[in-house]
Amino acid sequence: MNAEFIINGKSKILSFEPDERLLITLRNHGYTEVKNGCLEGVCGACVILLNDKPVNSCQVLTASAAGETITTVQGIGTLHAPHIIQEAFVKVGAVQCGFCTPGMILVAYALLKENPDPSEEEIKLTLDGNLCRCTGYVKIIEAIQLAGKQLRHRQHKG
Amino acid sequence: MKNFSRIGKGEKKIDGLPLATGSLKFTDDFVVKDSLYLALLYSPHAHAEILDIDDTEARKSPGVVEIFHYKNVKPILHTTAGQGFPEPSPYDTVLFDKKVRFVGDKVAMVAAKTKKEAEEALKKIKVDYKILEPLFDPENAMAPDAPKIHSLDCYATIPVTYDPNKNLAAEVDIAFGDLEKGIAEADIVVDEIYHTHYASHCAIEPHSVKTFFDEMGRLVIISSTQVPFHVRRIVSRVCDFPLAKIRVIKPRVGGGFGAKQEVMLEQLAAWATITLKQPATLILSREEVFRSSRTRHPVRTHLKMGVKNSGDITFLEMDTLLNTGAYGTHALTVLSNCGAKVLPLLNKIENLHFLGRSVYTTLPVGGAYRGYGATQGYFALNQHLDILSRKVEIDFIDFVKKHHIREGETSKIFEVLGEGKEGVKQVVKSCKLDECMDWCASAIGWQEKRGKHITHGDKIRGVGAAVAMQGSGIPLIDMGAASMKINEDGSFNLDVGATDIGTGSDTILAQIAGEVLGVRSDKIIVLSSDTDRTPFDVGAYASSTTYISGGAVKKCAEKIREQIFDVAITMKKWDRKNLVLADESVKNKKTGEGVPLSDIAIFALYTQEQFQIQASASHTSPESPPPFLATFVELDVDTRTGKVDLIQAATAVDCGQAINPILVEGQVEGAVVNGLSYALVENFVFSSQGNLINGHFKDYKLFTSVDIPQIKTHIVKSYEETGPFGAKSVAEIGINTPAPAIANAIYDAVGVRLYTLPFTPDKVYTALKRLKTYDY
Ligand code: FES
Ligand code: FES
Repeated sequence: MNAEFIINGKSKILSFEPDERLLITLRNHGYTEVKNGCLEGVCGACVILLNDKPVNSCQVLTASAAGETITTVQGIGTLHAPHIIQEAFVKVGAVQCGFCTPGMILVAYALLKENPDPSEEEIKLTLDGNLCRCTGYVKIIEAIQLAGKQLRHRQHKG
Repeated sequence: MKNFSRIGKGEKKIDGLPLATGSLKFTDDFVVKDSLYLALLYSPHAHAEILDIDDTEARKSPGVVEIFHYKNVKPILHTTAGQGFPEPSPYDTVLFDKKVRFVGDKVAMVAAKTKKEAEEALKKIKVDYKILEPLFDPENAMAPDAPKIHSLDCYATIPVTYDPNKNLAAEVDIAFGDLEKGIAEADIVVDEIYHTHYASHCAIEPHSVKTFFDEMGRLVIISSTQVPFHVRRIVSRVCDFPLAKIRVIKPRVGGGFGAKQEVMLEQLAAWATITLKQPATLILSREEVFRSSRTRHPVRTHLKMGVKNSGDITFLEMDTLLNTGAYGTHALTVLSNCGAKVLPLLNKIENLHFLGRSVYTTLPVGGAYRGYGATQGYFALNQHLDILSRKVEIDFIDFVKKHHIREGETSKIFEVLGEGKEGVKQVVKSCKLDECMDWCASAIGWQEKRGKHITHGDKIRGVGAAVAMQGSGIPLIDMGAASMKINEDGSFNLDVGATDIGTGSDTILAQIAGEVLGVRSDKIIVLSSDTDRTPFDVGAYASSTTYISGGAVKKCAEKIREQIFDVAITMKKWDRKNLVLADESVKNKKTGEGVPLSDIAIFALYTQEQFQIQASASHTSPESPPPFLATFVELDVDTRTGKVDLIQAATAVDCGQAINPILVEGQVEGAVVNGLSYALVENFVFSSQGNLINGHFKDYKLFTSVDIPQIKTHIVKSYEETGPFGAKSVAEIGINTPAPAIANAIYDAVGVRLYTLPFTPDKVYTALKRLKTYDY
């Protein structure tokens, strides 16, 4: 099958099998920044934003997402133009192996968009669906707090 | 404290932003054109002989290119442990055997054009099994009538006790002093049995490998591995393929924790590529990781210790039984470390006996797992210290301070017990365990809370502590090497065999080189772990990278420094003794003049007596300085449900001089949270037939962000004179303390002593019910 998607702001035609999951389709088309950690819908490594909402792409049938807007971690910032959240993750040491990181960052991005000043408890609740075995979550929470602060500061300055 | 320019700074990980923006590649992110997909068929039985395999139907299945099993793959005995040479784990494994030894043992492998086709074909392979009696209880493994798991062809490649006829995969027996005397002198003897359980490493990236032939006809293996050089050596032997024709590349690795020291998949994919002359991809599913890869060895520790009323310990007797599962991977070395990394802590004990046995069962296979035996041993020892100190009415902290090894002291254990062979004599040169304990005590409010049983509703509060040491590499065994060269702009290439699996070792090695050469890390271009391009290194295990590989980088950079000085002297006729490297220049301390490194490089490369400033260096160590660490936890026990609620966990570490404090904290936090999770929620649940029934993330609970208590981490000031810029190791040690600290805190709260992990609510509740009154 073929269908059109808006991926990271660009219109793309992707081909896929009728029963294929979005994670597999995206990876097959080179979006390897979306990671496969379990394919069970539990680890959150495969998180993307589907119409701005974080979802586990391994639990989405590609066909059902046809025409929708998809954002991967590269859609919010790249190596040459990183997003504040990505920089905050690096600064405080929230990236160890980096395998959980794209999913974590997208979840953080969606959270901070809705709630620019989340409490530690709110951050923890939001990250509940993303496993990280390296960091113990401590510095990830810290990174999101820092990014929130910087984003608020930037908004303030206009 | 020394004055450093790059050491001790929380520099950003050099691969941090490329990872955070998703541009760096992990194994499965590489596109290998026309790759075949491999899928494995696993045994549904715990113990069975394969009478026949009929693959006729499967071969007709669409897309199938080949099916491998015992009938068409040469059986070469080996171990998948992924260790140095000679390998200390027994050779008891072949690629495909006529026998299966646990539910999840591999039976056959399909190579097909797509993953789906490979998986479809698996269903069509017919296997005729003759079911054999399983062996699930390690306590029974050595009984004369126990089923034999391995044939007598299996062998150990080093002179150690190995007896497959008794299901004995390894044995260690050391003693000194006079045990009888120690027992006679004791006023109080405490004798208990402790059990630690199976666990999965849960690296979020599953085991992955891709193999193909390059344009020169050489076999390239891209692998999510901790040990690229061992992979090359082992694949060459198992696949009977020349080592010179193999190149192993380690891209980014999504966590290892010991799981990816195992060389398990590389030989399978290599076999497929070599025989079919086509690229191959083998990526495990999460369920396969749980069922068929490696685990933490479950251990039963029978510990007996005597004290005088004064608190002096008169003897220690430890009997360790390790369940290695179906294969003896790390059976000897993890077993050794249950004693070797644990007992030196109490170095004043004069009468001691350590007996360890590793036995085969028909259960999942143990392997290297962060902590590596120390986790299992400290679970018992720390609870014992808590029990003993309470009996002699000395505070836990004071009791540990009275007995633990100190600077300038040694332990007989260092000498008599190494990793699978005799150890190496060493004197501890840095030990700040007292400072670690004191910091933790004040961080969690030990004095105010210990023994107070603060109660609110059904919940009773307790605090508990645990301490540990580890090592820094394996002395006289581990080796790391580095090479460097200068470029025209005064930047340097640093090539290391050391294997960054997410720990940040590329970054700290750049910091070490930068410190010597007076440059920022962004002037150091690091290339690591490519067997064609970088020098050798044993890999990322045994907490060796900072200390061993870091030592190699430091030596190498010092050689470069001398060559830079040579050029400066030729250029300026300066006196060597006045020269230093700082701010990307050679500086003359006397005159205040300087020459930029870029001028030095250009002079050497283009101007006069032309040569490439370059060097290489290797490093091994005759000692393995232990880091020390303490963890104190505060928790509530819900007496109505048995649920344990963690309030906070404070950990302080003496890892020598921290090269990068942010990365050190990250290692400690990750290890501690993994340890807390292991203690409370992680567990393998087996059916009566030995089938793992919770081998998915859905059912195998591990801590998420909402489960963590307040985590406090502290690095105490310390300096290890034998380490690169004062550093010791840090990666493993933090996982040893959470479980015993929780056990001790539960006791502090409600007077219940739990000897068997994990501490699930039902277990705590049952133990509580057995107590008629709370008897503290
Ligand atoms: S890969 Fe989708 S949740 Fe784990
Ligand atoms: S950084 Fe490795 S899993 Fe999160």
